[in-house]
Amino acid sequence: MTARAVESWTLEPMNVFVHEAQVRLVLLMTPAGQVLAQSGFSRAVDVMSAAALGAAIMASTAEIAKQLRQPPFAALNHQGERHGIFLGGFTTGRGPVVALVVYDLDVSSLGLVQLFFEQFAEELRAASPKAPVPKQVLAADFERELTDSLNTLFGR
Amino acid sequence: MTATTGYGRALDLITRVRGVRGAMLVAGDDGLVVAEQLMEGIRGSAVAALAASLANRLRRAMDVAGVGGPMFWHLQGDQGALLVVPAASAMLVVAVTDADVNVGLVRLELLRAAEAVG
Repeated sequence: MTARAVESWTLEPMNVFVHEAQVRLVLLMTPAGQVLAQSGFSRAVDVMSAAALGAAIMASTAEIAKQLRQPPFAALNHQGERHGIFLGGFTTGRGPVVALVVYDLDVSSLGLVQLFFEQFAEELRAASPKAPVPKQVLAADFERELTDSLNTLFGR
Repeated sequence: MTATTGYGRALDLITRVRGVRGAMLVAGDDGLVVAEQLMEGIRGSAVAALAASLANRLRRAMDVAGVGGPMFWHLQGDQGALLVVPAASAMLVVAVTDADVNVGLVRLELLRAAEAVG
């Protein structure tokens, strides 16, 4: 299983989570879809799609919660015939982080993912830098940063 | 201690046995707690998730060995035991007990509960 991180503090907790919860794919990102780390993906295009879709789902459900005058949903789970998709958010010293997790139903389960996800979030909180780095994102920088991230994630 | 109404009675009969620290109904496929009656300090969701994972592996191992599905398992630790009976509806009936519990009696109540939850 290949795991790579743009932000190195995420790598060890992610590897532990993948091992303990026996999940197939993990994508760690900011709520805006900026990828921090991935495990199990083999193609950059899949990472980009998953990050964009995951961020969009989190934004949509946060808005639904807002309309219902509820705090944002902590996690979402979609269970298919063979795979489950779990999407959860939590706060770290770096700021809010979203994790997209895909698991095989004959290897893992929602219960296992939930159980080790709590631990994963705790470990990331402990490992994260204590203050977010304030950064102005310019359109000109965006593509370069995205390319750099994907190069890091896929070892180019 | 919490238990979903209807399943509560099935769990009551298990937890009444001396030495039983708690009983749970667990969705076998998901590893999620359906109902529970547990003493303080037992992490129900963790026991449920790990017991379901173990049940899944045991079932596969027994299938491969050609000995049929599991009917009852008893994991003895030095400070207690975990006893599990799979129910027909893919649920698991789980008991967490002291080490010196009457295993035969707990097994009987687990089997009754499994029958009751179908």
